Amino acid sequence: MIQYEKFVLANGLRVLVHEDTSTPMAVMNIMYDVGSRDEEPERTGFAHLFEHLMFGGSINVPQYDEPLQMAGGENNAYTTNDVTNYYITIPADNLETAFWLESDRMLSLAFSEKSLDVQRKVVCEEFKEHYLNKPYGDVWHKLREMIYQKHPYRWMTIGKELSHIENAKLEDVKKFFFKHYRPVNAIMVVAGNITAAKVKELTEKWFGDIPAGEKYERNLPEEPKQTAPRRLAIKANVPLDAFYKCWHIYSRLDNRYYIADLITEVLSGGGSSRLYQSLVKEKQLFSNIDCYHYGTVDKGLLCIDGKLVKGVKMEDAEKAVEEELLKIKSEKVSEEELQKVKNKTESMMAFEDMSVMNRANSLAFYELLGDANLMNTELSKYQQVTADDILKESQIIFDEANSNTLYYYSSNN
Amino acid sequence: MPDRTQAPAIKDAVEFDLKLKPYEKFILDNGVPVYNINAGAEDVMMVELVFFAGNSYEEKNIVAAAANALLKNGTTKRTAFQINNHFEYYGSYLNRNCYNETATLTLHTLSKHLPELLPVMQEIITDSIFPEEEISIFKQNSKQRLIVGLKKCDFVAGRLIDAYVYGEQHPYGKYSNAEDYDALQRNELIDFYKKYYSNGQCVIFTAGQLPSNLYQQLNDCFGKLPLQPPPAETSSFIVIPAEQKKYRISNDPNGVQGAIRLAQPFPNRLHPDFLKCSMLNTLFGGYFGSRLMSNIREEKGYTYGIHSYVQNHVHQTAWMVSTEAGKDVCEATIEEVYKEMQLLREDLVDEEELHLVRNYMMGVILGDLDGPFQLIARWKNIILNNLDETYFYKSIQNIKTVSAEELKEMANKYLLPEKFYELVVV
Repeated sequence: MIQYEKFVLANGLRVLVHEDTSTPMAVMNIMYDVGSRDEEPERTGFAHLFEHLMFGGSINVPQYDEPLQMAGGENNAYTTNDVTNYYITIPADNLETAFWLESDRMLSLAFSEKSLDVQRKVVCEEFKEHYLNKPYGDVWHKLREMIYQKHPYRWMTIGKELSHIENAKLEDVKKFFFKHYRPVNAIMVVAGNITAAKVKELTEKWFGDIPAGEKYERNLPEEPKQTAPRRLAIKANVPLDAFYKCWHIYSRLDNRYYIADLITEVLSGGGSSRLYQSLVKEKQLFSNIDCYHYGTVDKGLLCIDGKLVKGVKMEDAEKAVEEELLKIKSEKVSEEELQKVKNKTESMMAFEDMSVMNRANSLAFYELLGDANLMNTELSKYQQVTADDILKESQIIFDEANSNTLYYYSSNN
Repeated sequence: MPDRTQAPAIKDAVEFDLKLKPYEKFILDNGVPVYNINAGAEDVMMVELVFFAGNSYEEKNIVAAAANALLKNGTTKRTAFQINNHFEYYGSYLNRNCYNETATLTLHTLSKHLPELLPVMQEIITDSIFPEEEISIFKQNSKQRLIVGLKKCDFVAGRLIDAYVYGEQHPYGKYSNAEDYDALQRNELIDFYKKYYSNGQCVIFTAGQLPSNLYQQLNDCFGKLPLQPPPAETSSFIVIPAEQKKYRISNDPNGVQGAIRLAQPFPNRLHPDFLKCSMLNTLFGGYFGSRLMSNIREEKGYTYGIHSYVQNHVHQTAWMVSTEAGKDVCEATIEEVYKEMQLLREDLVDEEELHLVRNYMMGVILGDLDGPFQLIARWKNIILNNLDETYFYKSIQNIKTVSAEELKEMANKYLLPEKFYELVVV
C-alpha cells in the first residue's frame, strides 16, 4: 500500500506527496500531460525535441544542470506517446533547489535560439543512433503507420522523419510551451525523506505565482475498428529475416487491459512461456521470440516479434505462431499457469516499488490517468482475471481481421 | 514572491557524512563465505552465487560463457523447461552472467518463496547435464545474435578496442566468432562445469529482507557441497597490446554514424593514481555536465552522448572514451576530445567546477547507497577486488580533498593523445 497526500494549488497544479524516511534522498517528479500523440502530423517529434529544450535555461536561471549538480542532484526526462516526464533525485536536505529549478522552467523558458540550434542536431544524432544506424531500426516506423490509420500513435516519439525536427522554429517552441507546459496541465510528485507540510510550504512559495494557463483539451481522432487483416513485406540490409504481428487492444483504463497484459505473460514471459518453449526450443523456427504490449493511455497494441532461424520460411514461421494462438483461443489456461503469471506480476510490482523514484513516477502516471490510488488497486485487478477471461479475450484480440503482419526480409539471403 | 534569480541555500554535499552500512558475514561448513545486507521495506531479496569460473579459466574460447549460459538447461531430474517453470511459478528470476574472473548465478525472489527455490539452485550446481539438444540450440541462436551484433558499429568497436588494448588472447581482449560456437563440445562444458562450479571456488552475497534462518537454509543447500572458498588472488595474464595505434574500419557503407572509441591501458584500483584519476575522469567525461558532454554534445551537437570511464577490471584496465557521432563529424569529434585533454593538461580546473564535481559525486554516492541491492553491489565490488571498507572511505576522502594541481598532474601523466588507441567504425 503506497501512502500519499494530495493537494491542488489555486493555479491548478496537482501535487502528491509520498513520505519515505528510510532514504536520505528526495525525488521530484513532474509529469506534463503532453506526448507525441498531441503533435501535428507535419511536425512530429516535437514533444521529444521540446523535452531537450527544457534543459536549455529558463527565464531567471540560465543553467539548469549546474546548480542541480552543485546540490548533489541528478535528473533525467523521457517522452512517450502519451506524456513527458521530468525527474530529479537529490539529497533531501537540498530539495529546495529542485523547487527553484522546476518552478522557474514552468514559469517560462529562456527560449534561446542557440539551444534550439544545438538540440536539433543532438536529437537528429539520437534519431540516427537508434533508428537509422541499427539493423531493424526502422521497423516501428513502418509498423505504426500500418497499424494506426488515424490515431497519432501512427508516428514514433522520435518523429516521423529527420526533416520535421530540422525544421522546428523558435516560434513553434514558444507556442508549444504556453499550450502544454502550464500548471493546469502538470502533476508533481514529491517523494522520499520529506514531510507533506514542508512540501506544501515550498510548493506555495515556488509554484504558487505561476499563471494557471489554459487547460489543454485533447481532441484526438479515434482509431476506427480494424475490419480486415493488413500485411506488408519489406526487404532490408539486415542479416536475418524477422517476423512481426500486431493486434489492437484496449486503453489503459479498460479492465480488459489486465487480461491482455496476462496474455502476453502466458505467451512470452520467460523460459517457460509458450512461444519460447514451442517455437525456439521444440520447433526451432525462431532464435528469439517475444510477445509484449505498449501500456498506452489510448487503445494500445499487442505484438509478437521474432527472428527466424536461417533457412526457415516466413510462412512456416507464421503458421507455427498461429498454431500457438489457436491453442490459447480454444483451450483454457490451466489454473497453475494462470497462477504463475499472476505470481510473476506480483513479484514484478514488488521489485519495481523498491525504488522511490519508480513509486513517484507511477503515482504521477496514475494521477494523470485519473486517480493516483489506482496504483494500490492494480494487483487486485490482476488477481481477478480468470481462465475464462483469457480464453474469451484471446479470441477477440487474435482475430485475423484485427491483425497487422510484417515480413521483414533480409536482402542478404 | 521568491527571488528567482537567487539559488536557495544548499547543504554542501561534501559535508555529508557518508557511511557504508556494514555487512553481516558467516561461513558455511565447507568454508564458503556469505556476505549479507539485511535491509529494505519490501518482501524481496536476492541471493548471488559467485563462482571463479569466468573466461580467465577457460582453455578454449567461449567455453566459460557457454557453460554459464547453459547451467539451467537441464539436470538429471528436470528439463530446461521444468527448471524455468519452477522459478517462474514463484515469480522469481534466476539469471546467470559470465565475466572475466567470475561467473554468477543470481536469484531475485519474494523472500517468502526462498525455501522452494534454493534446493533447485543446488541441483543446478551439482547435477546439470548439458543436453546435446540444448547445446545445439544455444550454438545456433548465439551465432544468429552475433551476426546481428556485427552489423552494429558500436558492437564491433567495443570488441576491437578491447583487443587492441589487451591483445586478442587476453581474457579482457578476446571475443567470440561463429567458429568458436561451432567448435564447442559437450565434454568441454561438462569438464569446465565440474571443475569450476560443482567443485569450484565460490562466494555468496545476499541482500533484501532476509529470513531469520537464512544461514541454515544456505548451509543445508550449499554448505555440504565440495565447494571451496575463493582464491586469495586470481591470476593475471600477460597483456600484448597492438602496435598500431590508429584504426579506421568500414563496417556498413550506408551507415550514417561512426562508433568512436579511444582507449589507453590503465592500472587497477591499487595504484596510487587510481582515485585521483577517477575524479579527473568524472570531470573529463564522466557525467552529464562533463567537459566532453558540454563541448561535443551541448555546444556542437555532434552526438547524442559522449562518455569516458575506466573499465571495471580486476588486474589491469583501460581508460576509455566512447561515443557515436555523425559520420561526417567523427574526425572533428576526436579532435575536440584531444583539445579537451589539452585544456586539462594546461589549465588548472577552477574552484567552482571542482566544487561542483565534488558535490555531484557525493550526491550520486549518497543516492547509490540507497537500498539493499545497491549496498550489496558496492560491497561485492570491494570484496571481489580484494579491498575493504577503507577503500570506500579513501575514495570519499579523495572526492573531498583532491586538488586542482593534482588533477593537472594526472592529466599530464595520462591524458596524452599519443597514449590512446584510436578507433572509428563506420
